[in-house]
Amino acid sequence: MAKIKFTLNNKQVEIEKSPTARLLDILREDFDFTGVKEGCGEGECGACAVLINDQIVNSCIVPLGTVEGKNIVTIEGFSKTKRHEVLRNAFEEEGAVQCGFCTPGMLIASESLLNKNPHPTDEEIKIGLSGNLCRCTGYNMIIKAVKSASKKGDGLW
Amino acid sequence: MKVVNQALPSIDGKGLMMGKKAYTDDLAEPNSLIVKVLRSPHPYAKIVKIDTSKAEALEGVELVLTYKDFERRPFTRAGQGYPEPSPHDKFVLDNYVRYIGDEAAAVAALTEKIAIKALKLIDIEYEVLEPVLDFETAFENEVLVHMEPEIHEMFPIGFNPKKNLAASYHMHVGDVSKSLEESEVVIEQSFYTQAQAHVMLEPHNVNARMDYQGRLMIYSSTQTPIHIRRIISQALDYPLSKIRIIKPRVGGGFGGKQAIHGELLVSTVTIKTGKPSKMIYTRKEVFESSYSRHPMRFDIKLGATKDGVLKAIDCFVISDTGAYGEHALTVFMVAAAKVFPLYNKVDSVRFHGNVVYTNHTPAGAYRGYGAVQGNFALESSIDMLCHKLNIDPVKFRQKNMIRETETSPIFKIMGEGTEGIEMFMESCKLEYCVKRGAELVKWKELFPRKELGNSKVKGVGMAIAMQGSGIPYIDMAAATIKLNDDGFYNLLIGATDIGQGSDTILAQIAAEALGTTLDKVIVYSSDTDLTPYDTGAYASSTTYVSGNAVLKAGKEMRQLIIDEAAKVFDVKVEDIEYDGVVLKTKDKEITLKDLSNRLFYNEDQKQLQVTSSYYGTKSPPPFMAGFVEIDVDKETGEVDIIDYISIVDCGTTINPMLARGQVEGGIVQGIGMAMYEEVLYTKKGKLVTNDLMNYRIPTRREIHKLTTEFADSYEKSGPYGAKSVGEIGIDTPPAALANAVYNAVGVRITTLPITAEKILMAIKEKEKGEN
Repeated sequence: MAKIKFTLNNKQVEIEKSPTARLLDILREDFDFTGVKEGCGEGECGACAVLINDQIVNSCIVPLGTVEGKNIVTIEGFSKTKRHEVLRNAFEEEGAVQCGFCTPGMLIASESLLNKNPHPTDEEIKIGLSGNLCRCTGYNMIIKAVKSASKKGDGLW
Repeated sequence: MKVVNQALPSIDGKGLMMGKKAYTDDLAEPNSLIVKVLRSPHPYAKIVKIDTSKAEALEGVELVLTYKDFERRPFTRAGQGYPEPSPHDKFVLDNYVRYIGDEAAAVAALTEKIAIKALKLIDIEYEVLEPVLDFETAFENEVLVHMEPEIHEMFPIGFNPKKNLAASYHMHVGDVSKSLEESEVVIEQSFYTQAQAHVMLEPHNVNARMDYQGRLMIYSSTQTPIHIRRIISQALDYPLSKIRIIKPRVGGGFGGKQAIHGELLVSTVTIKTGKPSKMIYTRKEVFESSYSRHPMRFDIKLGATKDGVLKAIDCFVISDTGAYGEHALTVFMVAAAKVFPLYNKVDSVRFHGNVVYTNHTPAGAYRGYGAVQGNFALESSIDMLCHKLNIDPVKFRQKNMIRETETSPIFKIMGEGTEGIEMFMESCKLEYCVKRGAELVKWKELFPRKELGNSKVKGVGMAIAMQGSGIPYIDMAAATIKLNDDGFYNLLIGATDIGQGSDTILAQIAAEALGTTLDKVIVYSSDTDLTPYDTGAYASSTTYVSGNAVLKAGKEMRQLIIDEAAKVFDVKVEDIEYDGVVLKTKDKEITLKDLSNRLFYNEDQKQLQVTSSYYGTKSPPPFMAGFVEIDVDKETGEVDIIDYISIVDCGTTINPMLARGQVEGGIVQGIGMAMYEEVLYTKKGKLVTNDLMNYRIPTRREIHKLTTEFADSYEKSGPYGAKSVGEIGIDTPPAALANAVYNAVGVRITTLPITAEKILMAIKEKEKGEN
């Protein structure tokens, strides 16, 4: 057991848990941020992606102890931003959401990509989102959505 | 049409993107007991001793379950209508385990950690038995996978466990031997299709609690809530009236959640302890202990005249159902029933074979459901025949394929597990699909190949496909529409949205029929206490069967509203004009809003509500032509899929954007099956591909251009002219890609997946032969 302090969706939080606990479980069970999804538990699918200090990370393979003092943003935190709204609208317009289970991770990955590269090419989007698996859409709609968001949200990233 | 055939965003996408609670585990009780399963490390074994006392003594363990806790009551997990066409060959827990990953015991504990620790404390001794691991030698093997006296079929399906048969089947039209003898050109080839994993992103999971009325309330990530309720009741001998199943948002299914999974163990734990419990499959369990697509071997013979008229199809099939016979017969039959009618001008057809038990992870329902396997075999062999005849494969198909108004005798002979229904194709735009696809892929210019230099060659290939729209006279769907004050509606449906968008398209159908907008139709689906019957999301039934029920209900509700307005104005019903918003007669009018408020609060008060049911009397097939352009590197065997062109006839697209999503999602799963995906076992029966590292599904980087278009088509019997679209997309990629590879480099790959290694080895073999 250890006391771990970090920033979670813009709030200072503190929790006393084993430092080896998975960040994913802490987010879902202790903070009730259930928008973070578990698809595989081994860092392969990207459904549990969150931002840690602006970097995209799969929270299923992050031990709680490593996030001391860091800034974590989940889909719930990101959903309050203008950038999320632009991405959300683009995903809706392009039909990029089917079952939706991969979508929170996909949006976090899109945010991370656009933060680094506000106007990516198709190829750059493919590479940027290649850590997030989707079994429903066939991907092209998601790529179009990110492209459209990068245009419509010009200046936000 | 104002709402139907519009590319409206799905009604639930926004909430999901905000990360709102929606899925099964988001809704579990926070302090649920965690249920974990002790799984067999052996492909086949008898449990000779099981001692749970140490596990039970561990602090935090609530319950340990073994076969001794269950009455011997065989059932099938298949999740089909009743009586099921699958053998009742499964017990909740048994004293035999039949594949690596089969259930040997279960633990319920306060935390996952304790549950896992308790599993290790179960003292279990197995008598390891010789397994059956080769499906081609399973039939009449001396080792039998099932020897339990209680297991049985519900009606004749060719079930014979003494020969390792879960099912067997034979049909013929005409005299196939004679037709083949008379044929001037005959080809003969065996094809193998592999097991494929569904890989829906949300793993199987379920949670249960006893509600305040002492009823068992279950949230389940399922495609078949009504069947799940029935199976729980039957398998556990628990009153049906005391079970409520709620299907929340489901994170993908593709057939993988048609069968029941953890529900029986979780229900048992919650009934016995009175405490909430939950079970979430690990990704490894999803791979090892749910099920995959049935692997099959096809031995196929085709006969034709030398001017290219197909005369005979003769096909023997062995299908591997693994340890349990879920969907054994029906998947087998669909391999012909939803493939062979494509060539309806033949003199004779024979289709027969066996579905065998082995000690592998079971097989079950998966998008395509036999049709994708059959399509690979038939559409590959048609191209082989074309090559032998020296006829362009597009022209051959144009000459021999089914057309509008035509029928095939197979429709009447083969249903799903039973006899079928005679059907004439009232909508079939295959001719257009083939013509348009050939244009877009530049068939005339590129067929068969174009050398690109640098060891690369471009090839094109194609295949045609059909599916169905529900199971006629079996699948029933119902819809309830309720008018509220302020003039908005509730649409209550048993139909099961698993991500394909059925809540949205059914609301579109309702809104169109009611003359209202989508926001005025509030959808609630798949809650066995509140929503009416629906078989669930399978057999491409929702748009057609559930859609027809919704359309009927919408029309009836509209009429009820008009009837009420006629009473208000004291005029004849015929004198009311209604546009969905305002009800008018001569000089008087009332808005729906005012009428509905009046009906609730003021005069002649009543609740307007209708429930309508529908079952199909036929299953109009959607059709498609798939064309693919590939570049093959002759030195490495690597294939780049440049463009996959789908021209689809699914009747009216209720929502063109969601329909495109269904087709393209199906195409990419089909490309996965054709090129990469394969469930692999060691020689000892252990699954190798049990994580996403080892089981590769297509990622963004492998998918280039997808071109998807819909034919202008209208199916009179469908809601606003619609047929199904959920499965058709997966059917063509295996054959179209195999044909494109042949056209590009002259090697015929007959065993899926078509890997670079197989292509390269075949190229080397061919070169050896030529030298």
